[in-house]
Amino acid sequence: MKVLQVMAEKCVQCRECMSACAKVYFKEDSPNFSRIKVIDKTGFANLNVCSQCGACIGVCPTEALERDAGGVVQLRKNKCTSCLMCVGFCPSASMFFDGSKQSEPFKCIACGICAKNCPVGALVLMNVPNN
Amino acid sequence: MMKNIEMQPMKLLADWSFKPKKINRGYSGETLYIGLGKKDGNYIFEQRPVSDDMIEKFTGGRGFGLRLLWNAVRNDTKWNDPENEIVIAGGPFCGITQYPGAGKCYSVFLSPATKQTYNSNAGGYFAPFLKFAGFDAMELQGKADRDVVVFIDGDNDKVQIFESTLNDINAYYVSEELHKYFAKDEADQRTISVISTGEASRTSYWSGMNFSFYDSRRKAVRLKQAGRGGGGTVLRDKGVVALVVKRTHFTGSENNPADLSVIQKAGASLHKRIHDHDDEQCRMRAVGTAHLTEIMNDYHLLPVNNYKFGRHKDIDNISSWTYTKHFTQGMADGCWYGCSLACAKAVDHFQLQTGPCRGKEVIVDGPEYETAAGLGSNLGIFDAVWTIEANFYADHYALDTISLGTGIAWACECYELGLINKKNTHGLELTFGNKEDLMELIHRIAHGADDFAVALGRGIAEAKVYFHEHYGADLDVMTKIGMECQGLEASEYRCQESIAQWGGYFLTLKGPQHDEAWLIFMDMVNKQLPSYEDKAEALFFFPNFRLWFSLQGLCKLPWNDIEPTDNGLKYKGIEAAKIPEHLQNYLDIYGAITGKPLTQEGLIEQSEKVYNFERIFNLRMGRGTSAYHIAPDRGLGPVWEDEWDARAEYFDSKLEEFGSDPKGRSVKEKIELLQKYRRVQWEELKAAVYRRRGWNRNGIPTIATVKRLGLDYPDVVALLEKHLRPEDEWESSVTEMKAKA
Repeated sequence: MKVLQVMAEKCVQCRECMSACAKVYFKEDSPNFSRIKVIDKTGFANLNVCSQCGACIGVCPTEALERDAGGVVQLRKNKCTSCLMCVGFCPSASMFFDGSKQSEPFKCIACGICAKNCPVGALVLMNVPNN
Repeated sequence: MMKNIEMQPMKLLADWSFKPKKINRGYSGETLYIGLGKKDGNYIFEQRPVSDDMIEKFTGGRGFGLRLLWNAVRNDTKWNDPENEIVIAGGPFCGITQYPGAGKCYSVFLSPATKQTYNSNAGGYFAPFLKFAGFDAMELQGKADRDVVVFIDGDNDKVQIFESTLNDINAYYVSEELHKYFAKDEADQRTISVISTGEASRTSYWSGMNFSFYDSRRKAVRLKQAGRGGGGTVLRDKGVVALVVKRTHFTGSENNPADLSVIQKAGASLHKRIHDHDDEQCRMRAVGTAHLTEIMNDYHLLPVNNYKFGRHKDIDNISSWTYTKHFTQGMADGCWYGCSLACAKAVDHFQLQTGPCRGKEVIVDGPEYETAAGLGSNLGIFDAVWTIEANFYADHYALDTISLGTGIAWACECYELGLINKKNTHGLELTFGNKEDLMELIHRIAHGADDFAVALGRGIAEAKVYFHEHYGADLDVMTKIGMECQGLEASEYRCQESIAQWGGYFLTLKGPQHDEAWLIFMDMVNKQLPSYEDKAEALFFFPNFRLWFSLQGLCKLPWNDIEPTDNGLKYKGIEAAKIPEHLQNYLDIYGAITGKPLTQEGLIEQSEKVYNFERIFNLRMGRGTSAYHIAPDRGLGPVWEDEWDARAEYFDSKLEEFGSDPKGRSVKEKIELLQKYRRVQWEELKAAVYRRRGWNRNGIPTIATVKRLGLDYPDVVALLEKHLRPEDEWESSVTEMKAKA
């Protein structure tokens, strides 16, 4: 399955990944709309992005979260009621929301756009064996 | 229509189309009126506007229900008159998906059991779908001339009345068939919610209403109950087999809130708290409210054998750990979208041992704590499997598990005391713990099988008169041991040792439920309410605070069945019990939905308006005075020697607190003395509470109170003036007036 692999020690916190992600999915360059978050933790970069673990799938009351053929956890908006339970139950807090754009939450779908825009190779889209 | 359906196609009797208003800031601004005629097939449908005054004074939910019912009935309307209504209303929060517990509604009606207004809440998808169809409330009035199914089609903006072809009126059958009947395919069943009753609604006053939702993982219909007060009996009396609503498309911002982001932030943070801490706090996600059984046992609060005792050696058989094993784990058990507390637990693949469905494998919704105690310990039965079976049949027959449990427990004690015998019960040996005969009694009550079963199914208040007149049973003894007030059986907590909880049960609007106040720990364990004034303050604040949920379409459980981990560090005493951080969430969300900011004081005032209106409504229906606030002896202390002896040292010490030496007195004398002292305390509590609520000595809201709350409508003032007597005024207020003069 496709997963975005994070090498935080390489990250220079330029946040190009966030910018690229937000622009692709929400047509607006704002950190609030990125599906990957780079946070400065006492000088070290902390990168928060979905690991495709799938813990959210069992929590969703409408079964709007499911794995696609590539193993990526996808949110089906036509089934989603915007309850945000997946946000609270994500073990890595990698499901995001912003009511000013849409009521549904959003997450990394391992498209790799951030990796392409990373100047230092801190992000790599990888294929890993399914669990 | 789906395949694998048993029922025949239904004949359309009436068809009405409407143009729905869009919901804005929590309200559609319209209610739905359905008149079923006077057994003449004359169906009437109307869209009625919601006035600004109605929103300002009554807020929504139960408040709307009471206002609409007030307009619909006469002073002498009885529960089975065509004028009586069932009003179902959510409230401005209803239908929110982001914050846990926002799918509730209240059903308001004149009750066969209490002969005054009653309101009962339920989860399930009915209320949100009704609102999304365009209605803040619906009124159902009149009586159909045949068995009907009422269908509110929120997809096509229609209301239709069908002649029922269902040949079984029990809840699971009706709900499962109608989900299939109105769905396009299996997945479409989640767009439907059904309100149904069951066989007990024909004869018993304990009949509740079942509200359904479709569990897409289990691929099964689930039921939640507006169990109390006899709403199912009223619905059946109207000739309605079921109410159905359908709504396919809705979004997470269907309420069109003023600021969605505030609701999202509060909701996501509570989901996270539940995810992180439910396992170490109440374990609601694993076992629901049944987590309480062993806690109640620890504190002598678990009702055992008609509330005689508070704990039992076999508690492990009905403990939360036992129920955890029966409940299927890891399911999304919310009764509305977004409820991560997920307490709607279910037992899957349960094979029934008795009754008409014997041998069938079913899903059982519950047991919740009240059922685990009411149809368990209070009957002297410590067998979870028996309780699960009783729970299934109670829901299926539409019997309120609380009244059923408390009522049968009382009948068992009557039997053991020899007040009634085997001839009266038509061969049943009604001793505590007699599982076989007690299960048989549940079936007989539902079927209305004989005079005894019918009399008991009408509740303790009526049954004791029947037992007295027909079996010669001692009325005084039956009254002492009957945990009933205002025609309603008490819910499943022993309140003897908490004076504040006497008020929480017996100084309530609708009878001894635990909806208004649960003060036992605060009062008895933590000793936070030492004076009568403190208790009265708690019996002012908490009933009003808790009532607020009923105005909004909210469940109370996400308020205090999960807490911020620092709640007890940051706040002390009563403040901590309010869970200030969660209270603030509600204030913030109310503002974010309606666009109108709300303070804690404003919240209490919203509730106070409805609290007092309900009290006045009951006065209008010939009740609502001090004469109906009566506590049975069993509620205040031990009645028989074995109860005293079970905790002799403890009760002796209670006598000593009153300055009486227990030595040299017989147990009978000690019981009489303790009851005498506690009666004095009860009267003192009553006075302090009435006063704090702005009521006179007779428990009636004063003119000053209704004026302060803006409830001084001409008909309300005229009613009060008829009942407010000078001799019921408080002495000091007269003194104050004299001083002013």
